[in-house]
Amino acid sequence: MIDSRLDTASADFQARRAAMLAKLRDLDAEQAKAVAGGGPKYVERHHRRGKLLARERVELLVDPDSPFLELSPLAAWGTDFPVGASVITGIGVVEGVECVITASDPTVRGGSSNPWTLRKTLRAADIALENRLPLINLVESGGADLPTQKEIFIPGGRIFRDLTRLSAAGIPTIALVFGNSTAGGAYVPGMSDHVVMVKERAKVFLGGPPLVKMATGEESDDESLGGAEMHARTSGLADHLAVDEHDALRIGRRIVRRLNRRKAGERGGGGPQDVRAPLYDEEELLGIVPEDLKIPFDPREVIARIVDASEFDEFKPLYGASLVTGWATLHGHPIGILANARGVLFSEEAQKAAQFIQLANQSRTPLVFLQNTTGYMVGKDYEQHGIIKHGAMMINAVSNSTVPHFTIVMGASYGAGNYGMCGRAYDPRFLFAWPSAKSAVMGPAQLAGVLSIVGRASAEARGQVYDEAADVAMRQMVESQIESESLPFFLSGRLYDDGVIDPRDTRTVLGLCLSAAGNAPVPAPAGFGVFRM
Amino acid sequence: MIRRLLVANRAEIARRIFRTCRDLGIETVAVFSDADAASPHVTEADHAVRLAGVRPADTYLDIPAIVEAALKAGADAVHPGYGFLSENAAFARAVLDAGLTWIGPHPDAITAMGSKIEAKLLMAQAGVPVLPSLTPGPGGAFQPEPPGSARAGRQESGEPVFPVLVKASAGGGGRGMRIVRDPGALEEAVASARREALSAFGDGAVFVEPLLEDARHIEVQILADTHGTVWTLGERECSIQRRHQKVVEETPSPGISPGVREALFDAAVKAAKAIGYVGAGTVEFLVKGATIAFLEMNTRLQVEHPVTECVYGVDLVRLQLEIAEGSRLPAEPPGAAGHAIEVRLYAEDPARDWRPQNGTLHLFEVPGVDARFEVPATGGGHATRPYGLRLDSGVESGSQVGVHYDAMLAKVIAWGPDRAAVARRLATALARARVHGLTTNRDLLVAVLRHRAFLAGDTHTGFLDAHEVTAPAVPPVPVFALAAALALAAGNRAEASVLGGLPSGWRNVASQPQRAAFEGPGGRVEVGYRLGRDGGLAEGPPEVRLLSATPGEVVLEVSGVLGRFAVARYADEVYVDSALGSMRLRRLPRLPEPVVLIAPGSLLAPMPGTVLRVEVTSGAPVVAGQPILTLEAMKMEHQISAPAAGVVSALNVTPGRQVEAGAVLAVIEEQQ
Repeated sequence: MIDSRLDTASADFQARRAAMLAKLRDLDAEQAKAVAGGGPKYVERHHRRGKLLARERVELLVDPDSPFLELSPLAAWGTDFPVGASVITGIGVVEGVECVITASDPTVRGGSSNPWTLRKTLRAADIALENRLPLINLVESGGADLPTQKEIFIPGGRIFRDLTRLSAAGIPTIALVFGNSTAGGAYVPGMSDHVVMVKERAKVFLGGPPLVKMATGEESDDESLGGAEMHARTSGLADHLAVDEHDALRIGRRIVRRLNRRKAGERGGGGPQDVRAPLYDEEELLGIVPEDLKIPFDPREVIARIVDASEFDEFKPLYGASLVTGWATLHGHPIGILANARGVLFSEEAQKAAQFIQLANQSRTPLVFLQNTTGYMVGKDYEQHGIIKHGAMMINAVSNSTVPHFTIVMGASYGAGNYGMCGRAYDPRFLFAWPSAKSAVMGPAQLAGVLSIVGRASAEARGQVYDEAADVAMRQMVESQIESESLPFFLSGRLYDDGVIDPRDTRTVLGLCLSAAGNAPVPAPAGFGVFRM
Repeated sequence: MIRRLLVANRAEIARRIFRTCRDLGIETVAVFSDADAASPHVTEADHAVRLAGVRPADTYLDIPAIVEAALKAGADAVHPGYGFLSENAAFARAVLDAGLTWIGPHPDAITAMGSKIEAKLLMAQAGVPVLPSLTPGPGGAFQPEPPGSARAGRQESGEPVFPVLVKASAGGGGRGMRIVRDPGALEEAVASARREALSAFGDGAVFVEPLLEDARHIEVQILADTHGTVWTLGERECSIQRRHQKVVEETPSPGISPGVREALFDAAVKAAKAIGYVGAGTVEFLVKGATIAFLEMNTRLQVEHPVTECVYGVDLVRLQLEIAEGSRLPAEPPGAAGHAIEVRLYAEDPARDWRPQNGTLHLFEVPGVDARFEVPATGGGHATRPYGLRLDSGVESGSQVGVHYDAMLAKVIAWGPDRAAVARRLATALARARVHGLTTNRDLLVAVLRHRAFLAGDTHTGFLDAHEVTAPAVPPVPVFALAAALALAAGNRAEASVLGGLPSGWRNVASQPQRAAFEGPGGRVEVGYRLGRDGGLAEGPPEVRLLSATPGEVVLEVSGVLGRFAVARYADEVYVDSALGSMRLRRLPRLPEPVVLIAPGSLLAPMPGTVLRVEVTSGAPVVAGQPILTLEAMKMEHQISAPAAGVVSALNVTPGRQVEAGAVLAVIEEQQ
């Protein structure tokens, strides 16, 4: 059991908490933009047409009072497109089955897809495939955003391929069509296992009346080309004809009920009987991470507030102390944890990590990475003692480990530390960031400093006088650009994580993701690459 | 001495008699119909004999079967309870002929009082005041009135003065009884009362007497031994009635003068002596001002006997048994102490014409009960008298209430030093009772007990019509619905097959509250709630704070006052009980199935029953209000009439057909 030394009465704690709360207010404000959809005017118009909002559809689809984890809510943040990327994706429980749900938001530019919509949708399909979660599409989309078609058309084909590959893998795909799903969009129901269409609302055709008129001269109308009645009675594209939206959601739930899903990798955990709350208040997670990431913090204070009963069996506590490793359970799920303690990874830490990851693979135990790293140590001594080899061992172990990985970026995620601690490129099942996180090749000041040193050296080599004033300006500009591009909203907007979460939700989010991952079978033992000793 | 007693009855009265038998060391024998095989009265008896069938005529009214059961079980005495065969002289004779002891008066006394027409004649002769009687003969003419009666009920022409009451001569319990205010309706009322009486009692004789409106219904308990001693054990006021059936009874009566009381006692003793009565019996009177009129004599134990037992400190069943064994009553009856009120809890819907309810009684709990089937003795060493709360119940949690028998679930009796205190105790006990599964008259009873007029002692047979008590005030629906929703949410979490350990309704991006909808007392009610990190309400009514929620109990602070809401769920029915009151809510599905359309003009069966008569043929034109068919359910006739003029476009039933509630009986195609 972890004995917390956090002094919640201290000024430091209060300052850290205040700073975190300010960041959370910003997070709420950004997420509120996604929730607002196309704004009051379009929401009102949508309701007036007797239609449910995308989020209302999702809420009615999932089991009452069950949790729902929305994924990538800040997608498209910092781009020309609205926050949320006009689609909602997430993991919810339908008839006791964990499913990936995607719902296009027709109040945002008619629910049309932009490049970020595409990336968010593809990420949701990846999650469905990797964790073997049924995929439910709540369809009402005006198709591609034509001005950005060059970013969508060619890669967008993967949407349809994903659907049939999910089906081929035995993962059910369900399309509930509430409105337009035309042209390319028609292949969403077309490629799905189960299709429900709402009477007098669904419109599914390759080409509408004007296009048909142009192509063949045939006179036609929406209903005969793609109405729900036609598809249910004539074409057979619709398996179920719903009388209205509520009926479609009801039928959708009935379909899931009859999928007879079993969780292949279930190893216990997740139930109310498994809840042994941490001994320390999750609320205190707000006051742990310093605003200045140069100041280290003890990750055991975090672990004590997210694992069951604050029980943590530490592995090699006396060796490679700037990486904390150990075993725990979270909502009853057994896990191994790797957490950075003092930012820097030395050779010992890298070797300890490689051993720990192998042990977790031997016992098929999922791994949680709690990132706060400035990277692998540099310097003559370290290079000579093989820091590259040892870092490579750790990256080898992370890359080839087959147990599910879950990454939380609490603070810094710099350099190859991002890789060794299972950053986005290492395909953890899920990756979430705290509002305090920063990810970049190195710290903004360091990066600016490096550019300055390199620039100065280059000038000197050419025999030029280095412009010190320009250097100051350059450093400031680079520092602020790198700073802004290493912040979590920016990275979340580019889909480099699955969402920015409130630190107090960490245990809940991990509990949900561990349970979701249990839908896929326990992985086969890992075969690692050659370890360079 | 009686060694083994068979009770030719069911439900609470059988249990009541068994209780006394256990006290006395008498073995008990129950009889039961197939519908009652699992009833408490069967499991509590030492021996039990099945009466094959479910209809009363095949079971509790089957004299040879019951006598055979008594012989088979080795019983040496038979107690008839009340209702069923309790006032059937042929049954008493059959019991005696079989060599068994009959707990009741001599069959001749039963016969004398069995026909109301005869009884009135006899009583008039004995000097007991009676109302004039008019006996309709064939063709609607009225037979001469009995000698000794006043002429007040008739005009000189011999026609009755309206309003009048049509009563079955063999009647009881309101069956075969009709109030007639319009001379034109008399013929049909007599015919229908005859049919009902014939079906219920096997005797279609009816008579007509003036209706004494808003009178008090007061009865006198008498007890007579075989040695000539006749006691009166006070009067019982039973004025509060619905459909001529008593629902609230008390002793002493709050509204009669000592002079009237004396006159009643005197008349009761005269009545008993006139027929050589032996055992426990009750003489019923109508009282209005100083006018008293003999109604009938019940030659058996009354439903409402517990109030007399409480106030007089006696066990009437024990006295019945001892009299049957030949014991002598003391010369003087015991003295009275305090006041007692009984209410009859029925499975019926006062708001829908007292329609009887049937189904599973999921939960039945009355808090603070001091005694069951006996006089409470809870006073300990401190109280001068052991007052308390008594429950005589025929059902337990989980009992099935069927369509075949009386819908009375239980009697709740409070006894205390004075009437107001007793009414308060009883009202509170009823209000806090948990009665789940069936609509009952509980709220009505509470409303009566708390009504100003009742507390003032202003009770009469028209009480329920005169006062608005059938639709009592309902507690705040939104708070109850919220409590129900929060308990259901806790249940949803507890039952979740995945992620059950996560916080209820957790969202990383909250966009809207959880919503739950119910059908409540005032129609559809929808509540929204979202739980916060601390388990409290992050979204919900501002005046409500959530303190805790489990599937069975929700604790809310409403406008600063803490309240506990016990919540129970049975399929879609949700019951919420609290100190603020009780409420039944029906959970409405979030995603309802598309509605099956019922053809306009369809006539639906209002309850399960048997089609008695079909008055029209398919294709026949009908006018608005025209009777289409008659349904018999719960021993009552229910007429189904055309809602509007039109043509019978479909007729789905024939006489004798059993129908479920909601079944389409016929379709009337409306015509302009």
